[in-house]
Amino acid sequence: MTARGWAFFLARRLAVLALLLVVVSFAVFSLLYLSPGSVIDTLLGTNPRTPAELSYLTSEYHLNQPFLTQYWIWASQAVRLHFGNSIQTSLPVTSEIRQRLPVSLFLGVYAYILTVLLGVGLGIAAALRRQRLADRGIVGAAIVALSTPAFVSGVFLIYLLGIQVRLFPVAGPGTGFFGELWHLTLPAVALALTATAYLVKHTRAAVIGVLDQDYVTFARARGLTASRVLTGYILRNALIPVVTMSGLILSYVITGAVLVEDTFSLPGIGQLLVQSATAKDLPLIQGVAMVIAVVIVLANLLADVALMAVDPRIRLGRGSR
Amino acid sequence: MSTAVALPAEITGAGRRRRRGSWLISACLVVVGVVVVMAVFGSAIAPQDPNAQNTFFILARPSGAHWLGTDSLGRDVFSRLIAGARTAFLGPLVIAASSMLLGNLLGLLAGYRGGRTDALIMRWVDLMWAVPGLLLIIVVAGALGSGYWLAVGLLIVLTVPFDTRVVRGVTLEQAPRPYVEAARTLGVPDWRIMLFHIWPNVSPVAIANAFLVFAGSLTSLAGLSFLGLGVAPGTPDWGLMLSEGLQDLFVNPIAVLAPGVMIVLTATSMNLIGDWLQERLSSKGAAR
Repeated sequence: MTARGWAFFLARRLAVLALLLVVVSFAVFSLLYLSPGSVIDTLLGTNPRTPAELSYLTSEYHLNQPFLTQYWIWASQAVRLHFGNSIQTSLPVTSEIRQRLPVSLFLGVYAYILTVLLGVGLGIAAALRRQRLADRGIVGAAIVALSTPAFVSGVFLIYLLGIQVRLFPVAGPGTGFFGELWHLTLPAVALALTATAYLVKHTRAAVIGVLDQDYVTFARARGLTASRVLTGYILRNALIPVVTMSGLILSYVITGAVLVEDTFSLPGIGQLLVQSATAKDLPLIQGVAMVIAVVIVLANLLADVALMAVDPRIRLGRGSR
Repeated sequence: MSTAVALPAEITGAGRRRRRGSWLISACLVVVGVVVVMAVFGSAIAPQDPNAQNTFFILARPSGAHWLGTDSLGRDVFSRLIAGARTAFLGPLVIAASSMLLGNLLGLLAGYRGGRTDALIMRWVDLMWAVPGLLLIIVVAGALGSGYWLAVGLLIVLTVPFDTRVVRGVTLEQAPRPYVEAARTLGVPDWRIMLFHIWPNVSPVAIANAFLVFAGSLTSLAGLSFLGLGVAPGTPDWGLMLSEGLQDLFVNPIAVLAPGVMIVLTATSMNLIGDWLQERLSSKGAAR
């Protein structure tokens, strides 16, 4: 694809994404009005109802303005990452989020790396040993892992590797890079499990599809070494599911992170979301929801661009249209 | 066609292992049967009242009186496990059934009609596809207040696109077949063709899919209850039992691990039965 084609593709995708974010932000803003009771009641939470507080909230949230104007003010603030103050702690939502972001990012990236390494590795291994014991074992484990939600696997891991065999710490984020790595290993494994199983399934299917191709047989017939065939032909095709599924994997990881952070008492974004939902802290919910929406939307764009870079068939297919 | 349909057959080894795998399916059917019995009779067959508290006997280890011990309020874990099958079974059943009904109608419509109807339905499906369901439910629960049936309702909305996509894929395959054309030539009305001619050929995939949806909603609902955003506090529910017992994992691990095992067992069984059914039904020559 030419540079102009790329630019056109990116511009079109960005326009769609911007539109999508506008829709999401509108929905997120409307939550304030969807929640039962008046907006003032919602924003007050358990705080005392004083005239000073009422007039402060009215001016802070521009409640005497029409709905769309309120949305406009909220959205233009949100673009600058101002989501108001948390009802519970009265701290700015942005600083609450910023405080929690590092743990979640570390956990997410850790789990993502584990997913890709384990998923692709085991998927290829299973495909190469098709119908043999290793394949059956991997596929069987994948079926169980697919049916195991992250919080259940988290609890099992805590029990097995945290309590029975005291290998890993069972709660808290740890300090320093290696401390974090150490503390977040169990959560990351629990988080990676379901997505890994999914990736194993798809990688295995992709590799089996390639193994039967004539060009692989021909490469072997030409006398190429097994490792050459593996890296040059099989691995290249095995990586395509990783890229096509990365949006889905990310969605798994973010959803699972909420459960895993709760299980392992990690002070991350997921735990913040659950706490704010339990406490009905709407400004905080809105802020977290927007941050997560932006992350998902951007990651999906990245996945699409990566897929086009990796797979010439898609690139040429779209370019010629 | 969606990969969700193509792959389970791949993973079970497409028929070659059916004979060897039959004991596995029998085991899965037994598990599901036991869960159904537990869900239907609930506390009636539980050895003790699942909500009776006994503060003199908290966090007891498994014994003859309490097979799986007691929790931090002295309630019998085994009885709660039996009573908890109800919320684990009822919600997913409602979700799988309603999402199958709606998803099949929309999928048939999109696949058979094509054109603008198809474009409209599929645009909506694509939009819903990217939504992380559990997060959406948490956010909505934060605004509207949490509840088991609210979560069930939202999960139906979130899983309908999944069914729709699968059914549309199979319908697209069936629509150009001669039997459809013949029915149309005879003047059979479109809705009759969709429901009585095409749907029987779509049904194996649709039914198998309902089992996968059941397994998925079971884990989602359990997860919400685990987070405290599902069933009301105090309800016997596997997800909630996990979170209630988590801080006592050192003292009575069985109280936490047992509901976890039940969730995994039930979901795995449902997934395997779904895969197996699809293989069975489609090999009888219905689909493809």
